[in-house]
Amino acid sequence: MQQIIYFFIRNKNFLLFAFLFIVSVLLTIQTHNYHNDKFLSSANSVTGGIYRFKHNLTDYFSLGRENKNLLEENLQLRQELEAYEGLLPEPPLDSLMEPKFEYLSATVINNNYSKTKNQLTLDKGRKDSLKIDMGVVSNKGLIGIISDVSKNYATVQSILNTKSRINAKLKKSSHFGTLIWDTKAPNVVQLIDIPRLANLKKGDTIITGGRSTIFPEGILIGTIKDFHPDKDDNYYYVNVNLFNDMTGLQYVYLIKNNHAEEILNLEKKADDAK
Amino acid sequence: MQNETITNIWRFIALVFLQVFLLNNINLVGYINPYIYILFILLFPLDGNKGLLILLSFLLGLSVDIFEDSGGVQAAACVFIAYIRPWVLKYSFGVSYEYNSVKLHKAAPMERFTYLASMVFLHHFVMFILEIFSFNHISLLLKSTLFSGIFTLLLIYGTLILFTKKTT
Repeated sequence: MQQIIYFFIRNKNFLLFAFLFIVSVLLTIQTHNYHNDKFLSSANSVTGGIYRFKHNLTDYFSLGRENKNLLEENLQLRQELEAYEGLLPEPPLDSLMEPKFEYLSATVINNNYSKTKNQLTLDKGRKDSLKIDMGVVSNKGLIGIISDVSKNYATVQSILNTKSRINAKLKKSSHFGTLIWDTKAPNVVQLIDIPRLANLKKGDTIITGGRSTIFPEGILIGTIKDFHPDKDDNYYYVNVNLFNDMTGLQYVYLIKNNHAEEILNLEKKADDAK
Repeated sequence: MQNETITNIWRFIALVFLQVFLLNNINLVGYINPYIYILFILLFPLDGNKGLLILLSFLLGLSVDIFEDSGGVQAAACVFIAYIRPWVLKYSFGVSYEYNSVKLHKAAPMERFTYLASMVFLHHFVMFILEIFSFNHISLLLKSTLFSGIFTLLLIYGTLILFTKKTT
């Protein structure tokens, strides 16, 4: 017994080190699994509050650019509205139905893009009816998916994250693929699993595929920078230039899918029946 | 003694805030960030309690981690260098360390460089291994360690020059 106690006393620094090191490695591994970001994320009230304070201070520096962005978006929405104007006399058939997708807005209070697993922090949380798995976009296109929410804040898994897998397709031919990131540049992401049958050209537009419950179809992502056959020759490996400047995000929109629960329940039932 | 404790507490808080608000946003050529908050571990009294240093390093790393949303990456790297610090000191300063006669700002430049550089690169290496966590990106790992390490080291030297008390 005494031996054991002596052993502990003699090696107390090593044991302390080993214990704390294992704890930190476990914390690290935990964040590598999507949906397990719950423990110790910057969506807690202390760091969220501090980030909000910092954001309030630095907000003013980018106001000029943000005004320009909002102006551009207004213009675009106005033009789209103009196109619908002619259809107005006929009342829409499903005007009483709940729309399939609803939009909410939020402000980015912390943004990183230089790591391999990048996250954003938003200034809204559960209180503002944000939920895990809601899609995040800006006026220029795709940004990411909410990975964690607290009462007042939320963290977003950016598309600049090696864990990110998003369904995307070519705008002109509807060939589907998966959007990933190879960590090399914050303005270029990769589209894989595009079949070789697809007819690709530099500058073609890539949009979201709509095969998930997170994003509606047709949200802009980027244009083809270059492409080459992937290792096994059946698929293309495509580099995509993002429309969004991921390094200067300020205001974002969140997409709420009102049918998500219904679709997921149905799919679960079909899986269970197998 | 009392004075030194207070200095260390202030240093802890100041370095975390400096790191989180200023240095994490530098992103030189895309991915190079300096991590000078480990200066706390480097400057911790050389004859201080080793167990206490390990515990404080864990808290230091964890506070930066929470802000960065990086799990326990920084905490692991900090605990690691805090634990091996006695060996690095012995290796860098030789026998004089054993007699507790080393003062960091009075040490020979070469010995001081060995100490600072070993600690910085070990920290960055462990940190990037855990952050990248994949064997497919080994070149990225080495590149990040090298460039961020050099950047950190430059800033650490700058800070030391700025904050060394003139004892003439």
